[in-house]
Amino acid sequence: MNPLAWLPTLPGLPFAGQLINLCAAIMLLLAFAMLAQRRIVTLINLFALQGAVLCLSTAIVALSTGQSHLWGSALITLLLKVILLPWILHRLVHKLSVKWDVETLFNIPTTMLVGIGLVIIAFNVAQPISEFAGTITRATIGIALACVMLAFLMMITRSKAVPQVVGFMSMENGLFFAATSATYGMPMVIELGVALDVLVGMVVFGVFFFQIREKFDSLDIRHLEEKTKQE
Amino acid sequence: MSPLALILLACLVWLAIGLLGATFSRRFVFVTRVLFPAGALVAATVALTALLALLTQGDTPHTAMLPLGLPGLPFHLRLDALSAFFLCLLGAVAAGISLYAAGYFRRGQGSTPGLQCLLYHLFLASMGGVLLADDAYFFMVAWESMALSSYFLVTSDHRIAEIRRAGFLYLIVAHVGAIGILLSFGAMSGGTGDYTFDGIRTNAPEGWLASAAFLLALGGFGAKAGLLPLHVWLPEAHPAAPSPVSAMMSGVMLKTAIYGLLRVTFDLLPEQQWWWGALLLGLGLATALFGVVFSTVQSDMKRLLAYSSIENIGLIFAGIGLSLVFAANSMPLLAALALTAALYHCLNHAFFKSLLFLATGSVLHATGQRNLGRLGGLIHRMPWVAWLALLGVVASAGLPPLNGFVSEWLLLQSFLFTPQLPHGYLNMLLPVAAGAIALTAALAGFAMVKFFGVVFLGQPREEHLAKAHDAGRMERLGLIWLAAGCVLLGVLPNFVIAALDPVTNFLVGAGFAPAADKGSWLLLAPISEERASYSGAIFLGGLLAFTLALFFVVRAVFHGRLRRADAWDCGFPLLSGRTQDTAEGFGQPIRQVFAPFFRITREHPSPFDKEPHYRIVVDDPLWHWLYLPLAWLVDLGTRVVGKLQRGRIAIYLLYSFVTLLALLVFTTR
Repeated sequence: MNPLAWLPTLPGLPFAGQLINLCAAIMLLLAFAMLAQRRIVTLINLFALQGAVLCLSTAIVALSTGQSHLWGSALITLLLKVILLPWILHRLVHKLSVKWDVETLFNIPTTMLVGIGLVIIAFNVAQPISEFAGTITRATIGIALACVMLAFLMMITRSKAVPQVVGFMSMENGLFFAATSATYGMPMVIELGVALDVLVGMVVFGVFFFQIREKFDSLDIRHLEEKTKQE
Repeated sequence: MSPLALILLACLVWLAIGLLGATFSRRFVFVTRVLFPAGALVAATVALTALLALLTQGDTPHTAMLPLGLPGLPFHLRLDALSAFFLCLLGAVAAGISLYAAGYFRRGQGSTPGLQCLLYHLFLASMGGVLLADDAYFFMVAWESMALSSYFLVTSDHRIAEIRRAGFLYLIVAHVGAIGILLSFGAMSGGTGDYTFDGIRTNAPEGWLASAAFLLALGGFGAKAGLLPLHVWLPEAHPAAPSPVSAMMSGVMLKTAIYGLLRVTFDLLPEQQWWWGALLLGLGLATALFGVVFSTVQSDMKRLLAYSSIENIGLIFAGIGLSLVFAANSMPLLAALALTAALYHCLNHAFFKSLLFLATGSVLHATGQRNLGRLGGLIHRMPWVAWLALLGVVASAGLPPLNGFVSEWLLLQSFLFTPQLPHGYLNMLLPVAAGAIALTAALAGFAMVKFFGVVFLGQPREEHLAKAHDAGRMERLGLIWLAAGCVLLGVLPNFVIAALDPVTNFLVGAGFAPAADKGSWLLLAPISEERASYSGAIFLGGLLAFTLALFFVVRAVFHGRLRRADAWDCGFPLLSGRTQDTAEGFGQPIRQVFAPFFRITREHPSPFDKEPHYRIVVDDPLWHWLYLPLAWLVDLGTRVVGKLQRGRIAIYLLYSFVTLLALLVFTTR
């Protein structure tokens, strides 16, 4: 007997929906936290946490709707984004000893204000889409879109390579969340493909980090930009 | 075995020969003595098969579908009268050129003969593919492989910077042209997504879309053929390429562009507008005049021939334009006459221009010189090449009884019928056009006299010319083949016109061979015997009889009473080979008369100069008026776009971010 079988029977907004909304709120909060975070190690931990929340929300959707393939996605998320990638990132940071504070290109309060503006835009943009979506989780599309944009903003405002990569991964988290909430997830093939892409991207970035550091003795991509300017 | 299958097989055999050549690229004798003659044999088979198909098949084209290409997009093939005619041209000329090439390539010049063999036969096979294609997809594949293989052939001596530059120019113009052709096919398919030629025929567009398709095709094929503003690559690429390649490009490849234009205008597009014809006519005449005027002032023999090719292409375009005007005014018989003249000239030009290019190749091998100012008197050292080149020169100058005369005469004949057009302006302007053609023919004669006279007649201008050797056996064979073609095409015009009948029947719905056939294979009279008639064979016979009679009379009267003495030197004792008229001097009157055409820079020596040096550069003004401003504009544009490239990752990310935001807001508004 399924111990959670009573969940969808609750009146009003189903309990599962409430839980998913809660997860979405935590995702958004974490996205802002990452935007504001200066320390790399904490940034990676926040990223892992975001992955965990994503995994949880996917699992809840899977449970409440009976979409069995979502269990698979949740498992992939857990393995890849909560365990493997943060572990690789931690190892990289340790090896490259770049644990110090992250320098941002703009100051953090300005970035946060821009981020709030982005969330407003994202909600406005998502409104017509969520009216079409017939899923119980449709209210969260706006939040998912906001997560994607905030991660993108983080990539723009950081000058070091590692936070940019974390931003890239976090963008993928937002995308995944959007897919789950709008259509109960993408087809399994696409999800696997995306997951593989992220993994390969991570490996490439890893090689890339070592190369930059060997050449410039720093992971600051501004050195790279100067190099291209000289040529 | 159907003719289509046989020709397709021949193309595959060409490819196989090319691959064999690449595999055994170090076996020089095998490549030159076995593979190239084998290619010539295949070419002759293609010519014969196509000719038989042309004469016997009637109205039903052979079609086939190859299971190659992309999934769901097989290659369609078709052999109808038009493609059979051009395949016949390809095969007949290529046979001569391949024979010649067997003796031409040497060790240590440019790429290895094995590589040349691969590219050369790939070039041949892709031209065959262009002519057989029955859908836009296969056509473009073959067209591009033709452009690429010829590019690599042109740049076979790629260590010389000038040749690399010429090849690059050719590649750019070829690709711009290919874009035009691609867009033209797109316009013709009209959004149906059906790119087979059958599909295009059934739902071809009308109105402005048809005109757009025609103009794009004109631009695209014009770039390949060397039509006026897009001709710049021709005088650069032809001198750069090895001679058999120049001959192949000038003789055959330019004709594939003519084929493409005919295919699009007459076959694929159902309705022709009269102004298309007027445009073609104007462009063709301008090209012809421009080409011939420039060819008279060149001092590099291959450049001279390249400009002469531009002139001939102009004449062919003028003929097609006139035919379009007639066809659009529903006068099919006259349209057939003009089209026959144009097609006939295609064939003639293919023969005599490849013959002349091959002759320059032999001269180049014997002397190492392309500059006319350092040649001369070669008729004594290289009699074979000289006499065969003389045939080509006479044909190219448009003199009877050789082939050049017949087609130019037919073209002028068709101009004489323009007063029947129901169009006031055209009636008044077309006689002027006929005058321009006559002027072009005369100037072409001048250019050919210059070419032959300066290279082969007179005294050698340099000492090492005394050591020049005649062409080898294979080279002679190739030259003889092409020269024989020139003579036969000139003497048997009725046969050629009868063979052209299915083509004009297919394209404009009428043939004028029945009208021209006056019951005798000797006499050619396009419309009526009273109006104008010509008989090449009688002319040739008369000329031969007269010459022989004159020879015997002179011999009988003067023989044995000859006295050899020094020429009168006007009291100037230092007579050497260099005292003769030079190429520059010979072209000077034309340069004076047509001065506004040119952009001339001269360097005169001062009277006190110990080593006086005279230099004159005749440039193409279009290069300065059109191409350099265009290059400047492109440069400016790239500079402006370059400002976007700041070299900072954050900025690039910002670009995509802003684009994303803008798109999101735009789509959900």
